[in-house]
Amino acid sequence: MDSQGMGSPVSCQCGSAPKLVFACSGAADVGKLADLAARELSAEGVGRMFCLAGIGGRVSGIVETTRSAQAILAIDGCPLDCAKKTLENAGFQQFAYIRLSDLGFEKGKTTVSQQAVSTVVAQGKALLAAE
Amino acid sequence: MRLVQILGPGCPKCEQLKKNVEQAVAASGVEAVVEKVTDINQIIAFGVMVTPAVVVDGEVKSVGKVLTPEDAAKLLQ
Repeated sequence: MDSQGMGSPVSCQCGSAPKLVFACSGAADVGKLADLAARELSAEGVGRMFCLAGIGGRVSGIVETTRSAQAILAIDGCPLDCAKKTLENAGFQQFAYIRLSDLGFEKGKTTVSQQAVSTVVAQGKALLAAE
Repeated sequence: MRLVQILGPGCPKCEQLKKNVEQAVAASGVEAVVEKVTDINQIIAFGVMVTPAVVVDGEVKSVGKVLTPEDAAKLLQ
């Protein structure tokens, strides 16, 4: 991923730590929806999308940055819960969580519309505001 | 010879961390070079989004903390 995709610029801890957003970004329609919602949350400045693959790959900079986060939001598309399990396997236990199937988005039957993205973004905003 | 890199744009916390790491290196007797990395693109290349950070021999060990000399010494072991 290039530097733009990493959600630059870098935050100095002289300010506040960022709230990080991870999406499963899976191959199915709900994975795409999770991904787009995370990107929109990042674009709106609610949180910063960060690389779930870096957590899975135990990339030290990504893992340690996540450890320093003010809050973490994980967005999974389906009940396989890949994002949640990836974070947990890396030792992260406390994070806000959205599973799109719980919001009525069914794998293989979801139209990835702006309205659907907005629904997920609204849920993400509410959860991150509480963190 | 170990390479210890301090990632940060140059704020007071970053400077303090560099001093603490240098103190830890001196006290530990470990042969190490301590260098500062201020270029944002180089910092991002480590996957780091929060500074200050400490990298030891290419591995990010700490992010977003001003480690004490004692804590920094543990990273050198």
